[in-house]
Amino acid sequence: MALPNNPLGELKAVRDPEVEEREVDVLIVGGGMAACGSAFEVKKWMSDDQSVLLVDKAALERSGAVAQGLSAINTYIGENAPEDYVRMVRNDLMGIVREDLIFDLGLHVDDSVHLFEEWGLPIWKKSEEGKTLDGKKGQKMGTLKSGASPVRTGKWQIMINGESYKRIVAEAAKLAIGEENVLERVFIVELLLDANKENQIAGAVGFSVRENKVYIIKCKTMMVACGGAVNIYQPRSVGEGKGRAWYPVWNSGSTYTLCMKVGAELSMMENRFTPARFKDGYGPVGAWFLLFKAKTLNGLGEAFAGSDAAKAELERFAPYGTAAITPTCLRNHLMLFEMKEGRGPIMMDTVSALAELGKTMDKKELKHLESEAWEDFLDMTCGQANLWCATNTEPEKKNSEVMPTEPYLLGSHSGCCGLWTSGPDLDWVPDAYKIKADNGKVYNRMTTVNGLFTSGDGVGCSGHKFSSGSHAEGRMVAKEQVRYAKDHADYSPALAQSTEELVDIVYKPVRTYLEHCDYTTADDVNPNYIKPNGMMYRMMKAGHEYGAGTATFYQTTSKNLEIVMDLLATMREDNEKLAAGDLHELMRAWEIQHRIWTLESHLRHIQYRKETRYPGFYYQADYPGTDDENWFCFVNSKYDPKEQKWDIFKKDYIKIIKD
Amino acid sequence: MPSFVITEKCDGCKGGDKTACMYICPNDLMVLEPNSMKAYNQEPDQCWECFSCVKICPTQAIEVRGYSDFVPMGSSVMPMLGTEDVMWTCKFRNGLIKRFKFPIRTTPEGQANAYLDLKGNDIESGLLSTEEADGLELRAPAADQLA
Repeated sequence: MALPNNPLGELKAVRDPEVEEREVDVLIVGGGMAACGSAFEVKKWMSDDQSVLLVDKAALERSGAVAQGLSAINTYIGENAPEDYVRMVRNDLMGIVREDLIFDLGLHVDDSVHLFEEWGLPIWKKSEEGKTLDGKKGQKMGTLKSGASPVRTGKWQIMINGESYKRIVAEAAKLAIGEENVLERVFIVELLLDANKENQIAGAVGFSVRENKVYIIKCKTMMVACGGAVNIYQPRSVGEGKGRAWYPVWNSGSTYTLCMKVGAELSMMENRFTPARFKDGYGPVGAWFLLFKAKTLNGLGEAFAGSDAAKAELERFAPYGTAAITPTCLRNHLMLFEMKEGRGPIMMDTVSALAELGKTMDKKELKHLESEAWEDFLDMTCGQANLWCATNTEPEKKNSEVMPTEPYLLGSHSGCCGLWTSGPDLDWVPDAYKIKADNGKVYNRMTTVNGLFTSGDGVGCSGHKFSSGSHAEGRMVAKEQVRYAKDHADYSPALAQSTEELVDIVYKPVRTYLEHCDYTTADDVNPNYIKPNGMMYRMMKAGHEYGAGTATFYQTTSKNLEIVMDLLATMREDNEKLAAGDLHELMRAWEIQHRIWTLESHLRHIQYRKETRYPGFYYQADYPGTDDENWFCFVNSKYDPKEQKWDIFKKDYIKIIKD
Repeated sequence: MPSFVITEKCDGCKGGDKTACMYICPNDLMVLEPNSMKAYNQEPDQCWECFSCVKICPTQAIEVRGYSDFVPMGSSVMPMLGTEDVMWTCKFRNGLIKRFKFPIRTTPEGQANAYLDLKGNDIESGLLSTEEADGLELRAPAADQLA
């Protein structure tokens, strides 16, 4: 391990880094599906005198949530109506969603899927006899765009061979935007408001994790799309397995924190996602339910989800609970109920499901089916496949346990926390959903800060976009950003801080480290500073115990929330004493700050909403059950960067699509 | 299930223009130790087991060992990434071996159509560039579907 005063990382940090200053019209922060969508689209609308830059914390080829691959595209509208897409999302998220954003997304998402197929993503097809063909064999059926039928699992999802999904999408993105306009391994840590224009984004600062260099980038408009927030709660596995998060472990809440710290309004940050997945490996269960028609059993071997008791429990949450598809949170709720009543563990009955399918299949088809089951893991959760291997689990012979994970925050999967953004400037969109910029114009997906946009996990109140929807949304934003930059051609961003002041901010953890590291003989323990790793455990413990983590079966109370708010306040103070001796640790120091701010906003929202809107995701024990009369509304919050104060308030929900 | 580097097989990508695993790791975990010129995973408990380093390593020096806190020893999962397919070898603790081959892409690498010549016309509309080129028209929610 590390010798005294010898930072662990190979790339040592120095006190005074190099500084590189840039100025562009359009800045894209992030490198995942949304940012790749932006990168593909942006130059189609830019004029020759406009400039763009994409900044990614990692390498575009394998960054973001799709780095490992995916076994399905979860949103493809196809033969369905976007109106029904709105209904599905609304029901899954217990009624309170932005129907303008969801409908709008539903109009565009398929175009991105058609591009993915053109670029080379193998998409499963149905043969004329209705049999399943993988993405290579299925090519003979033609493309989705030309009318070929995808293989559906459920109404909205289509199956793919998605090991290289992100590589393919990133390849097109890089070609389109131009390699010279991509900065990789640069982590943006703070956004900057304009020195002269109120509430106007003007730039961002960050640093390279490969060399001692700070980047100061001015821009007319910016999109922040850095994914959701992972490992903000103590995970169920706290050793090496801490890395086996369900969502990408590198998603550090940067999207929410960067934007909230410059005063952008957040919405529905109380929403979270605690997916039920195969225990420990966190492999997907969707295909098991939808493709293989498997059931979950409680410890007594009962298919509890179909029981009279379960139906009665779901009645309490009508109309959502009684809809044809039970909302994700309520499915968790039923599972937790069994566990708390002593009827755990919950098992996925893979044995019966495969036996049942085997009755109508020949040997070759069965072999293919087995391969599909394994591919579901190998495409997107390789570690789950290894866990099956290590535990000698052949799904046709042995069932596997299912368990709800630790909480995650996101806006693109089955969750809807994020920024409050403008809807499109169309007649059918209510005025209350439009945000007017300084020039009186409306820019789709702009936050409440002029020129600042988000997409993917960043857009609140509009879940179930997944990979394809995030890509399409990034493209929509790119066009709006170019439009914004054209409309603000005369605007010249001015920063309030000097170069020196900005470097001081970004490299503060390095300086703290260098100033004090010689005081003790081992550099991890020092009364003058705290290392990011220690701060991470402190944050995880606080949320775990008081903030509705797994420790309490996701339950909290008003008193617990008061306590955790005090703990978070001291964490924010102690963030000033974070120390980093190398560039990797500097990245961790900034990530933990982003996570702490994100967690605080999550808990502030839970504290404000005096009901339990998402049973199964979290429980406010002082306010059990939903309270439509008082809380059928959005909860929004805003941090005032000047006053350094929070404001939290209700915002009206407007129903656009009828039931 | 953190990645590990086999000492004998890793040559630090001496012949290449970059250290492949260090280039690709989404979480900045793989680093090169400058004296031995060999790579290692600097923070195994932050490894997502995404296998990006395993798949990209030109000498197949990187493998993955199950997380020590819940995975019994003795199994392995290894991909072999080709240009069109990926081959997986899954070895069970009890010795059983399963092999799977899945397609990964249907076009030659590097040739995704980025529509470099496509320019949009109407910046005020809500249409994406390819939608505009296809002559798509945006629709509002159907009148009989409105609340």
